[in-house]
Amino acid sequence: MRNERDFSSAPGAGAGQGVGARLSRKEDDRLMRGRGQFVADIRLAGLQDVAFVRSPLAHARISGIHVPERYRGKVFTAADLIGVKPIRAVSALPGFKISEQPVLASGKVRQVGELVAMCVAPTRAEAEDIAASVTLDLEELPAVYDMLKAREPGAALVHEHWGDNVFLETNYEVDISTALDAPIKVTREISTARQCMSPLEGRGVVATFDHRLDQLTLYSAAQMPHVTRSGLAKCLGMEEGRIRLISPDVGGGFGHKGILLPEEVCLSWLTMRCGHPVRWTEDRREHLTASSNCREHHYKITVYANSDGRLRGIDCEATVDSGAYSSYPFSACLEAAQVASILPGPYLMPAYRCRTFSVATNKCPILPYRGVARTGVCFALELMLDLVAAEAGLEPGEVRLRNLIRPEQMPFDNITKKHFDSGDYPEAMRRALATIDVDAVRARQRKREADGRRIGVGVSIYCEQAAHGTSVYAGWGIPMVPGHEQASARLTPDGGLELRVGVHSHGQGMETTLAQVAHEMLGIDVANVRIILGDTAMTPYSTGTWGSRSMVMAGGAVATACRELGERARRIGAKLLQHDPAAVVLQSGEVRGVNGSVTLKEIAYTWYRRPQDLPADVDPGGLEVTSGYKPQRDSGTFSYAAHAAVVAVDPDLGEVEILDYVVVEDGGVLVNPMVVDGQIYGGLAQGIGTALYEEMPFDASGQPLATTLADYLLPGPTEVPAARLDHMETPSPYTQFGVKGIGEGGAIAPPAAIANAVNDALRPLGVEMMQSPITPHRIVEAVLAARDAERTAA
Amino acid sequence: MKPAPFGYERPRDLPAALSLLAEANGASKIIAGGQSLGPMLNLRLVQPELVVDITGLAELKQAERRGDELVLGACITHADIEDGRTPDVTRGAMRGVAANIAYRAVRNRGTIGGSLSHADPAADWVSAFAAFGARLTLRSLAGARTVAMEDFILGALESILRPGEIVETIHVPARPASAHWGYVKSCRKTGEFAHALGAVMIDPSAATARVVMGAIDTTPIVISDAAELFGGRIAGDYKERFDVRVADALLAKAGIGNPADRHIHVSVLRRAVREAAA
Repeated sequence: MRNERDFSSAPGAGAGQGVGARLSRKEDDRLMRGRGQFVADIRLAGLQDVAFVRSPLAHARISGIHVPERYRGKVFTAADLIGVKPIRAVSALPGFKISEQPVLASGKVRQVGELVAMCVAPTRAEAEDIAASVTLDLEELPAVYDMLKAREPGAALVHEHWGDNVFLETNYEVDISTALDAPIKVTREISTARQCMSPLEGRGVVATFDHRLDQLTLYSAAQMPHVTRSGLAKCLGMEEGRIRLISPDVGGGFGHKGILLPEEVCLSWLTMRCGHPVRWTEDRREHLTASSNCREHHYKITVYANSDGRLRGIDCEATVDSGAYSSYPFSACLEAAQVASILPGPYLMPAYRCRTFSVATNKCPILPYRGVARTGVCFALELMLDLVAAEAGLEPGEVRLRNLIRPEQMPFDNITKKHFDSGDYPEAMRRALATIDVDAVRARQRKREADGRRIGVGVSIYCEQAAHGTSVYAGWGIPMVPGHEQASARLTPDGGLELRVGVHSHGQGMETTLAQVAHEMLGIDVANVRIILGDTAMTPYSTGTWGSRSMVMAGGAVATACRELGERARRIGAKLLQHDPAAVVLQSGEVRGVNGSVTLKEIAYTWYRRPQDLPADVDPGGLEVTSGYKPQRDSGTFSYAAHAAVVAVDPDLGEVEILDYVVVEDGGVLVNPMVVDGQIYGGLAQGIGTALYEEMPFDASGQPLATTLADYLLPGPTEVPAARLDHMETPSPYTQFGVKGIGEGGAIAPPAAIANAVNDALRPLGVEMMQSPITPHRIVEAVLAARDAERTAA
Repeated sequence: MKPAPFGYERPRDLPAALSLLAEANGASKIIAGGQSLGPMLNLRLVQPELVVDITGLAELKQAERRGDELVLGACITHADIEDGRTPDVTRGAMRGVAANIAYRAVRNRGTIGGSLSHADPAADWVSAFAAFGARLTLRSLAGARTVAMEDFILGALESILRPGEIVETIHVPARPASAHWGYVKSCRKTGEFAHALGAVMIDPSAATARVVMGAIDTTPIVISDAAELFGGRIAGDYKERFDVRVADALLAKAGIGNPADRHIHVSVLRRAVREAAA
């Protein structure tokens, strides 16, 4: 019988099990068999369910909350939460205005779905019955629903005492006056829709109190457990040690699960108040309308270039709809303020200006979604470069090749002082152009399609700053600044390895890839490496999984801890072999010298079970090491990819079909190329969602209109093409193994590549799509408008 | 997202079901496949006192050819038709419609009677049956009545069904050998409801055409004598004679104000006409 757990027989496992091996994922054994354990799978004795009364209005004063007599003691409001503090996520950037997000609304509600009361009952259905019986007296206020109008004087105010609706305004300028006389000057407005992150698993919380440990235990689908605990402790006024946060299997995070939720604070308070465990499981309507919003950007952008397509400068005013509150820990300004520093991307330019506005509106707080500001920035800049190409009479690919940072310039500090560690961006672009075969597409375009559709090709390229650390985040001054990353490595008495890390894995495959790192250092079979994640009581402190940092930071920490562990084992091994320590090496899981070898298993047995055989000067720390790691430079690794798409657009129906898709990606040294492929495919699916499907519209009263997945469209298997992937591997000079973070990249470039392809297809019709998602209705509207314009001109 | 409390009955025969519905006096909902009612219950958009489950009614799962027509019980699933488990009088047209409804999981459970009763103007059968010229038999304790498909729906999620009344059977006339069929819909993605749908049954030798523009906000536009869409007469050259201006005017008259929406509907219909002529 085939051994189910034999991962070494995986296809492509030819490179062994270490760094670079295409190993099947260890965790898939339980996940694919439906044996994962997610928050909603947790059952505790006496568990009761919670449903929330949420605000039906975007902006209103609460003048009364009425609970039927029969439900007294089952319903809790802000008045009950004595001593619980609001969520505050402050940035130290000058001028940042502070918002306080009450965990249950008091006085005013500022978004649809804001929590007003919590209702507890033996089942969720009964809790919803109670919630439905609670009535609210609300005095409706004008809703701030349009971020551009929100900036105008006289707009209604989300936070009255601010005097305006701007969380933060930033301004960055380098010599923009030198660009103004450029022969090519293109100005456009570009926008990206508000989206919802939509992981398969929504948020969920189970809270219980352990009197023996005097400890609140919170099970929560969280990707940054330690940071969430800090925020929770602050809101509850508890010592951090009195809170244990366990994040079990997590079904996708994408940023949504890095945020401290008011629901987490509420449930924590409630279990201590009620004396029994309580649970809240986010449903899809809550997810869509009351949480998880992201991506809503607006750009007014001018690109200056010489007539040969070389960039002279970019001038941009970017506005981000930050929603009602600053979310913990990333704050309300991460997205917009980051736009200013990352907009130039991997391009050379002598002049640049960018003003940004983080605007408060009566919508959900905007949260950092895979790619964070980069997806919008890439969309804006890459669409503009295609217009420059059209003005210059050049192929879009050629314009990029003329402006990309060149490999001989590496490492390179760009106009916003981003430090590009390594890479060959023009090569990635050339490969993408060759693989998608632009010439063949041009030939096909000349022939026209029998079915009347229009063919187009589009490219885009981006850089992804990943695992950026202390020096970058200290400047933001938000509640979370990453420092050294720790890992604990422990050999068990039978020679297995336990690794404890503070990052979390929610689809990234880290139970496999971190084991591969350990295998690389110690030679232990990955099947004998256990990765312990997602529990503040079991793992070293970490800011967690965000910013494509886990393999760089936790991978580096695991390597460092394993190296130290290996060295201690080597010294014990030398004694067992009766060798001078200098004469033995650790290789393939054993310590070897001329006299023979001794396995790590035997060494572990000796340390734990036969200490009498140990050398007198043995390291008393034994076979358990906690060690920390930081790359040589903490300004981040720069991975990148060139994407290219061929689409067919039906101008009458507005339908877009992706005919071909190519990704040429450079993530430095890949620990597991198959896992990286998976990351790219997943990111691509989300990028296609941004490009063509996903949108959370609001009406003028601030009501979210896509309240179910029938209205909020996500791409499915039939909408995601079988992309062709090509890897380049330029090692980072600063990190362990030369790895770079790549987790988010797949989601960054597709909207730009697809929009450029659609615009390439429709350019002969005079159509230009500058807004995501590119829906059938928007295409047809633009086609008709272009036809009308042509008729008027004629 | 859990339903409000409701009572549940699963009667064994149609008279028992009709009695339960009559007793409930409008405070009940019928469930068959539950593909629309399930989510609506969970979202508390409907809060019936009683849910009457008709999946135990063998008489509603019958499908048989009677003379020149096919009689389908209301509990026939989309998959029954897709997989050819029911007789066919439409020369494959029904099977083609069924195979493209939503997703297979929905087709496995969703029923034709349920889909019609739900009266979603974007649903496939609402338009397809109208193009076929199908009729529905509705039954209550008071008796039965038969109506044309296009007279059944009054608006979005609104039909002529009275309290206590149920869709019992659908009667689909046989498609003549000379009749051409075209059916095209435009969906944002595979399996989603259409945002434009065109269905045409054209018989040039009989000079007749039934044309439907569906998936609009209200009742599908059914043109049972569609000569006006083809320059006043229907003949073998109908493809060339299709007049987009007439279709556009019909849509405008139906209250579709947005020109892009109208353009998409007209384009879809033109393709259905082309498909029929192919």
